[in-house]
Amino acid sequence: MHEYFYTLADAITALLKGDEIYTCTFRGEDSDFVRFNGSAVRQAGTVAQRFFNLDLIRGQRHAGADVALSGDLEEDHARLTQALAELREQLPYLPEDPYLLYATDVQSSVHEGENALPDSASAVAAVLDAGRGRDLVGFYAAGGIYAGFANAFGQRNWFASYNFNCDWSFYYQADKAVKTAYAGFVWEPDEFAHKVATAAEQLEQLRQAPRTIPPGHYRVYLAPAALDDVLHTLTWGGFGLKDHRTKQTTLLKMVEEGARLHPGVTLRENTRDGVAPNFQGAGFIKPNQVTLIEAGTFRNCLVSPRSAQEYGVPTNGASNRETPQSLDMAAGDIPRQDVLQRLDTGVYINNVWYLNYSDRSACRMTGMTRFATFWVEHGVIQAPLNVMRFDESIYRMLGEHLLGLTSERELILNTSTYHQRSTGSSRVPGALIDDFNFTL
Amino acid sequence: MLERVEERFRHLTPQGDFCSLRFVRERSEVLAVRQNIVQPMATSEDSGAMLTVYAGDGMGYAATGHVSLSGLQRAAEQAHGWAQQSAGRSVVDFSKMRTAPPTGAYATHELVPWRQTPLSDKIDLLRTECARLKTDDRIVDWDASLWYTETDTLYLTTDGGRVYQHFVYLVPMLSATANAGSETQTRTFGGRGYCRQGGLEVLDAVGFRTAAPQLSAEALQLLTAPNCPAEVMDVLLAPDQMILQIHESVGHPLELDRILGDERNYAGTSFVTPDMFGTYRYGSDLLNITFDPTRPEQYVSYGFDDDGQPAQREYLIRQGILQRALGGLSSQIRADLPGVANSRACSWNRPPIDRMANLNLEPGNASLEEMIAAVERGVYMKTNCSWSIDDSRNKFQFGCEWGQLIEHGKLTTVVKNPNYRGISATFWRSLKMVGNQDTLEIMGTPNCGKGEPNQVIRVGHASPACLFAGVEVFGGE
Repeated sequence: MHEYFYTLADAITALLKGDEIYTCTFRGEDSDFVRFNGSAVRQAGTVAQRFFNLDLIRGQRHAGADVALSGDLEEDHARLTQALAELREQLPYLPEDPYLLYATDVQSSVHEGENALPDSASAVAAVLDAGRGRDLVGFYAAGGIYAGFANAFGQRNWFASYNFNCDWSFYYQADKAVKTAYAGFVWEPDEFAHKVATAAEQLEQLRQAPRTIPPGHYRVYLAPAALDDVLHTLTWGGFGLKDHRTKQTTLLKMVEEGARLHPGVTLRENTRDGVAPNFQGAGFIKPNQVTLIEAGTFRNCLVSPRSAQEYGVPTNGASNRETPQSLDMAAGDIPRQDVLQRLDTGVYINNVWYLNYSDRSACRMTGMTRFATFWVEHGVIQAPLNVMRFDESIYRMLGEHLLGLTSERELILNTSTYHQRSTGSSRVPGALIDDFNFTL
Repeated sequence: MLERVEERFRHLTPQGDFCSLRFVRERSEVLAVRQNIVQPMATSEDSGAMLTVYAGDGMGYAATGHVSLSGLQRAAEQAHGWAQQSAGRSVVDFSKMRTAPPTGAYATHELVPWRQTPLSDKIDLLRTECARLKTDDRIVDWDASLWYTETDTLYLTTDGGRVYQHFVYLVPMLSATANAGSETQTRTFGGRGYCRQGGLEVLDAVGFRTAAPQLSAEALQLLTAPNCPAEVMDVLLAPDQMILQIHESVGHPLELDRILGDERNYAGTSFVTPDMFGTYRYGSDLLNITFDPTRPEQYVSYGFDDDGQPAQREYLIRQGILQRALGGLSSQIRADLPGVANSRACSWNRPPIDRMANLNLEPGNASLEEMIAAVERGVYMKTNCSWSIDDSRNKFQFGCEWGQLIEHGKLTTVVKNPNYRGISATFWRSLKMVGNQDTLEIMGTPNCGKGEPNQVIRVGHASPACLFAGVEVFGGE
């Protein structure tokens, strides 16, 4: 596939006139998608898609076009030739862009992942088998994901990854369910079976009569998947330089008033240990790590080339959205097996859901508990808990009310398939929090 | 292109018991001016086809950008393979999905065509509106933008069905952010809510050219405003908040595929159960909700859904009583319930699922002034900025950009960070007054997420302002 992309990029180079240059990106996937409900197949199919984004540049003027490709070289060459001609026509009508910045140092790379994926039919059969006698609802996505960059200077970058993401729930009844994810590059039947067995055990705990608690403040444990959702919400405007310089960051109190989180909180964009490409749309290579928050203190923003030019600082290879792709939170010192004991009496939250800010300046966010959430007394799970709404500031959750983080972390591969399968990931511990505010 | 795709489809070697093709070509342009600087122009041209095959009770699909005869043939064979694999273990009995072959067409009325208006004119318009947002040094970020999209869809079936639809969409956006110290407040032009079908005539219809100064003034006002008080009071919601309230706590709960459990692993389930239709009191007598794909200017009007079913207006809730679900043909068959033509896909590369289209709250009799006068103590909220609801679509919490107290029948103090929370199953029963036609706004959202694989799709909502009694209200810190 990468030769295909490079051939198209070379064709663009050959079509340039005068002082024109270009940057371009490629993204594509060959995916099998199978969704399940009631331990049967709801929808099954295949999606093959390729897109080519071309930015034609002359001086400080530029114009971009995103073009769907067919996969047929002759046809796609014709599409890109037409796109290039249309961009060339637009350029005179566009003003110079003072914030245009692109890589000029050629740093080429190829990451060609190994395709060791199972035949989807056998994976689907395994999932259906796991659902036998149970109410399984979920989704299996697998196949190749491709990304590329090229420019007129001869830089060529290629990334291909072949992975699967099986994300399912065992339902007991109504909204009581255990959610499990199994993702990776090689399907290990024993590992899948272990996850199925663990989920089945938790499902048994959901058969007890559910408990309802009144709104108020409780000690809680956020399992890694739940904490990951909190951190994901924090990435909406938390770390981008543009958000900081325009005072829209939800961490404004950290930079304006010196507010701090718990000294145990360290967050990094850890490209080296993630699963996303290490290059971005203007051709810059991402550093291995960018420290965002260190020991509770804000350190660095993610800086896109555009923001770098606008605010006169160096880029650190962030995408235009300036959000982490490979978020890494440092581990704490609470052994996972001690979590229930340390929680003592409170709420064990495996998953949260539908988070949003209720006060951006205070970095206060609301959301719901979801799936397997349990009421715990004296370190022993008592009963599943009916869903509760929380509304809590990050400065309390991960600040003054944070009791500790687990010493084990989980690698969570992003299950998002909006527009295309995600290559985002995070590595996150669990968090023990006091006085967590439930409101409804 | 459309003719060539149709000809190739007619020449495909038949696969399974039934095969359909849905070809989508979508062209879009985004023009933006931020801080008086023209942003990089973004255009896109997307096209591809989804082949769907039924075999026995199974169904499979394959989506491809390769729409040559060989590309379509390969996709049809892949779809057939999936249909055979799912036969005998399919949630839906697709052998029951056969209907009369659909034929017809639909087209947006574009009065002032985008493509016939020079690029320089559109940029000049955005420069003007952007500049009008910067009224004060405390306005630290401001932008104006237009998102234009033109979509052609062609739906073909092996039994002779043919539906062609042509849509033109425009999404105008304005935003002003004010800051003082660690306080930042943003006002927008209804988020992205003033989206419509049509050309540049939409701008005047929604007041795009007059909105900027007020948005900036309100952002500045919010900087020094007190937080919204925390108490139980009446809430008057403007249409640009009502559309979110309808969307989250009426639209999603009534989606039949959620009720049938398809979304339980992702978007969630519903507190609504199949036995409620026909009898359940969803809201007060004043609540009338329609599925209405027939308003020409509304964002998601169409003639046929993506399963080729003809679309028509239907009451989902009439005088507060739940009547009908938001379910397309396959969900109707599964649930044995009446539904609507709302089986929709976001593009050629995703399969259709049950979605809202235009989901509207029908206007009542009250003027805005009458509703304000009827409030002893309450708050008027405008423009959604925060939304969260549980997976059964029951416990919600929503926030708005702008709040203003209503005391003794009059608008008084401006308040920041107005939020409210409630429970869908009871909230709509507190609907106390419904605004008249003069308060109605025809709006929508380009970004409704759902489905596995995930799909983000356009949804239309029209609503008057509405007054609710006894709501739990609160502010920020």
